[in-house]
Amino acid sequence: MATLHTNSTARLMLAPSVALLVVWMAVPLAMTLYFSFIHYNLLVPGPTSFAGFSNYYFFLTDPAFATALGNTLIIVGGVLLITVVGGILLALLLDQPFFGQGIVRLLVISPFFVLPTVAALVWKNMMMNPVYGVFAQIARSLGLAPLDWFAQVPLVSITIIVAWQWLPFATLILLTALQSLSEEQREAAEMDGARKLSIFFYIILPHLARAMTVVILIETIFLLTVFAEILVTTNGGPGVATTNIAFLVYAQALLQFDVAGAAAGGIIAVILANLVAVFLVRMIGRNLEA
Amino acid sequence: MARAVPARRRWLLTILAWGVGLAIFFPILWTVLTSFKTEGEAIAVPSHVVFFDWTLENYAEVQQRSNYLRHVTNSVVISLGSTLIALLIAVPAAWAAAFAPTRRTKNLLMWMLSTKMMPPVGVLVPIYLLFRDWGLLDTLTGLTILMMLVNLPIIVWMLYTYFKEIPGDILEAARMDGARLFGEIVHVLAPMAVPGIASTMLLNIILGWNEAFWTLNLTAANAAPLSAFIASYSSPEGLFWAKLSAASTMAIAPILILGWFSQRQLVRGLTFGAVK
Repeated sequence: MATLHTNSTARLMLAPSVALLVVWMAVPLAMTLYFSFIHYNLLVPGPTSFAGFSNYYFFLTDPAFATALGNTLIIVGGVLLITVVGGILLALLLDQPFFGQGIVRLLVISPFFVLPTVAALVWKNMMMNPVYGVFAQIARSLGLAPLDWFAQVPLVSITIIVAWQWLPFATLILLTALQSLSEEQREAAEMDGARKLSIFFYIILPHLARAMTVVILIETIFLLTVFAEILVTTNGGPGVATTNIAFLVYAQALLQFDVAGAAAGGIIAVILANLVAVFLVRMIGRNLEA
Repeated sequence: MARAVPARRRWLLTILAWGVGLAIFFPILWTVLTSFKTEGEAIAVPSHVVFFDWTLENYAEVQQRSNYLRHVTNSVVISLGSTLIALLIAVPAAWAAAFAPTRRTKNLLMWMLSTKMMPPVGVLVPIYLLFRDWGLLDTLTGLTILMMLVNLPIIVWMLYTYFKEIPGDILEAARMDGARLFGEIVHVLAPMAVPGIASTMLLNIILGWNEAFWTLNLTAANAAPLSAFIASYSSPEGLFWAKLSAASTMAIAPILILGWFSQRQLVRGLTFGAVK
């Protein structure tokens, strides 16, 4: 139906976006790749030389890398677990009839709009401080010893903060999916005498599967590179206890000025993210045809 | 919702839902309350929830301590500026993809989406060095351009999913009536496209406002938006909870309110149309 005329116009209209994104993708990535194969430290002036795979070798064999990889997986896994399970429960709750539905919904989605740096500082200080924090006060009033969150369980603390920020996202998407479940189907199952639990497992959960996949994939993309929350709370420490891959690359580049080593780490981060991205892109692509 | 629900069950659900909702909202509520306390009151144990001497002095002091208004302005310039520039570039692209698709359009869109999957640390080193060499470190120009590029794929995608819902028949009809391309856009398409463009704009302003990887790495005193400025409260000597709370409250209030209005678009925008 499109004429030749509109086709060339269409190409012209797409050109700026495509050109910008090509440059934005290709140039920095090519530079990162190049840096990762040379000797290049900002503190060491003079000509650079070819380094082969030595930057990768040093980055991958650095004990901090193994810790950082583990921490990355713990943050991603922990946040996914909390947000998906919590999101399903919250979506089920918000779908029920009660007074003030709209307001409660607003309360629940609010954390998503809080600046990451604000969320991290508010939680670290006013919630988790071992003396003055709200959690410590609650613990003491129950006769328990307050937990010194960032000293005793720093990685768990960061995971909780990030999970709080992403819980609304999971809830909102799962709730949207839940509300598209046909009421008739549910009622039919009830008529047939199905119990609440079997309705959940055989009707609701399969219906949510698609939305859950979307939540998991999109969150993973963002969670692989959690950064601000770590920078303002622990600075990766104590030691490297809360350093993830993203933070390790940052520290290598902007604190140790080891451009080449950081570039190698950056390429490894890109490869990790791509493993996830392949699935996500395929899924959204399938939806385009539907 | 046609089902009749016993009143008792409805009340129990109401209590449960409000309890859970307030628990999730609590850190925000606590921040707002603390912003009206004195520093001494802010670390009082046990905390006074409502019955304390309310004061506005923190809000005044936040401005005195640093040029708070400058950081607010920076946030507005970066989030709004990058969104508007990106819209100018993305609207034609999305229009073409939605109304004049070719065999390659789908692959092109998928490729655009895939650029969003690149982790920022993968290009941190070269971007930092380029910004340094071009004198763009800690400038609004640099950061606005960068945020524009970061959000461009999402903007094209969101617009595309909205435009695709505009029935093509209407365009055909307008063409039959002899409308030219320009008239087609102004009189037929624009009125139907405006809501989608507005939603896209809203969501991307929120995303731009809350971005905290590039702002933390590429700005210092001059161009720092609120996301980076608040980080200065993380140093031990900067730990004044009441002032941190006042600065935080002002930083999140406008975007929280925008966010409340954009719930629906949020789902659609962040899932690239995969969940509506």
